[in-house]
Amino acid sequence: MSWVRATARSWSGRVGLVLMAVFLMTVVMSYIWVPYDPRRVGERWLGMSVDHWFGTDAAGKDLFSQVLVGARVSLFVAVASALIAGVVGVTLGVISAITPRVLGESLAYFIDVLIALPTLVLALVLVGLFKGSLVTVSLAIGVSSGVVLARILRAEVAGVLARDYILAAHASGTSTWRTVRRHVLPNIAPIVIVQVSLIAALAILAEAALSFLGVMSRSRPSWGQTLGELQPHVTLHPGAIVFPALFLVAATLGFNLLGDGLRDATDPRLRSGGRGAGGQPTATGVLPDTAVVSPLVAAPPTTTTIAGTDR
Amino acid sequence: MAWFLVRRLGLLVLALFVASVIVFALLRLVPGDLAVVIAGTEVTPERLATIRAELGLDRPLLAQYFDWMGGVLTGDFGRSALTGSTVTSQLGEKLAVTAPLVISSTIVALAFAVPLGVYAAMRRNKADGVGLSAIGQLGIAVPQFLVAMILIALLAGSWGLPSQGFPRQGWDEFGRATRSLVLPTLTLAAAQGAILLRFVRSSTLDVLNQDYMRTARAKGLTRVEALFAHGLRNASIPVVSVVGVQLASLFAGIVVIESVFNLPGVGQMLLRDIGNRDFDKVQGTVLLISVVVLVIGFLVDVAQFLIDPRLRDGAR
Repeated sequence: MSWVRATARSWSGRVGLVLMAVFLMTVVMSYIWVPYDPRRVGERWLGMSVDHWFGTDAAGKDLFSQVLVGARVSLFVAVASALIAGVVGVTLGVISAITPRVLGESLAYFIDVLIALPTLVLALVLVGLFKGSLVTVSLAIGVSSGVVLARILRAEVAGVLARDYILAAHASGTSTWRTVRRHVLPNIAPIVIVQVSLIAALAILAEAALSFLGVMSRSRPSWGQTLGELQPHVTLHPGAIVFPALFLVAATLGFNLLGDGLRDATDPRLRSGGRGAGGQPTATGVLPDTAVVSPLVAAPPTTTTIAGTDR
Repeated sequence: MAWFLVRRLGLLVLALFVASVIVFALLRLVPGDLAVVIAGTEVTPERLATIRAELGLDRPLLAQYFDWMGGVLTGDFGRSALTGSTVTSQLGEKLAVTAPLVISSTIVALAFAVPLGVYAAMRRNKADGVGLSAIGQLGIAVPQFLVAMILIALLAGSWGLPSQGFPRQGWDEFGRATRSLVLPTLTLAAAQGAILLRFVRSSTLDVLNQDYMRTARAKGLTRVEALFAHGLRNASIPVVSVVGVQLASLFAGIVVIESVFNLPGVGQMLLRDIGNRDFDKVQGTVLLISVVVLVIGFLVDVAQFLIDPRLRDGAR
């Protein structure tokens, strides 16, 4: 568990781990004990009490039970999207870096095309028309974030492949596949873990927004759905949104901070810089600083000084 | 320069093509087609076939795609099969709500995020700098609809701002129209601003660690003078690209915000058409949004190329 200790060294990592633990315990709890059926209607707008810890909503459904059961949806979407993004990103990123020049370049070009598309709008259409299952959402978020991850990884893999020990391995007859497994994958693993954690947060937000809009299937309660049902009454009953909102924010914040903490733990260059800025969420997902500039406008070496600025 | 433009234009054209194929394919993947929606539940197979033939749905997919593209290239993005109105005719009226929302929220976000981000970077080890950065972190974790709900709960009553709808006369009722856009603008600006703030902060920090900043300090400039004379221009380069990239996510945000505040804009129209399964109109609207996003992405890249001399040299 050395990575836990390394992550806990930074402030963001510590908070991230705690929030993650709360999130996971909520899910575990929902399988052990839920006070009421989250869809059972009763007395409306009850405040916090021993019977209803978080009160009840406009239909008299118990909010605590909804929060417990809703956590499952968020966890599922987070894990599924992160896994899909990881597989898509690593596969595309490694292949586009190790294949011969023309093929690799075309693949990289195609990745750029996909990144430019407004994927969240496409995801909305897809989910809306398919009467959104969780698998559809996870696929939409996972694939679109995976493409962004692929672009980040391609540059990293190319960097690893240029190192001397790779040349040495190559010279001694090591196959490409073995080089990738022994040298490339371990080198890019920290980046993948960090990005995947940020993608999980993005997935939770996206699912919550879609449930809130009511385009997701209503068969199981989720945090977004609960908040969507509370929304028309928010001026009269603002207190009811507090707990569902807190749990939702805690989960996304947890994944975001965990990602930042993991980055600090795995990237010693950033440790002393005190940046802690973390990945930058963008249109399609989460990019590190270097990937935000379009790859065609390739990032210049940072040591270059700019002519004419220092008169 | 020429090579860069050719490559970037090629990317734009290819992306537009891929977008059109994806949009077209997505809507063909959906179980049940437009004919089923129009015909309703009690219908004979013969009647269904007649409707399909009328709509041209029985033709090969490739022919349907080229028909659609032929229309798009002449400015016809399709029409609603349910109401008969065209995508482009409705868009003008919807953009009167959506465009001011997009523009004003971007301006508000920039006006707050840039100074605060620079400040947070300058004072990164002080309590206020860390606090600002934490607010940015929190702002990213809070979904937009939640920001909207909190603003409605806190401000709608006390500031007397409308939290629902848009005046029917539109901008003819200027005062009411403006007031009804205040809370939506603040919501979108908060979400954008949080991301921008973090970005401005990290970009400024990068610049602060550069050698030329140390040289400027050694020349006798103060930290603030050095930053204003040499740092900000460099720090602004990645920020420009983020504003462009954010636009795509802004459209997703528009759908949510217009739904919460019940604004008759492009987002609400799209959501309603999805609900009505108005396939042709959804297809046209999404393609149009994609075109806007892709073209702006292109312009941002070109602008950046012109701003940053290093990129010009690197592309040779």
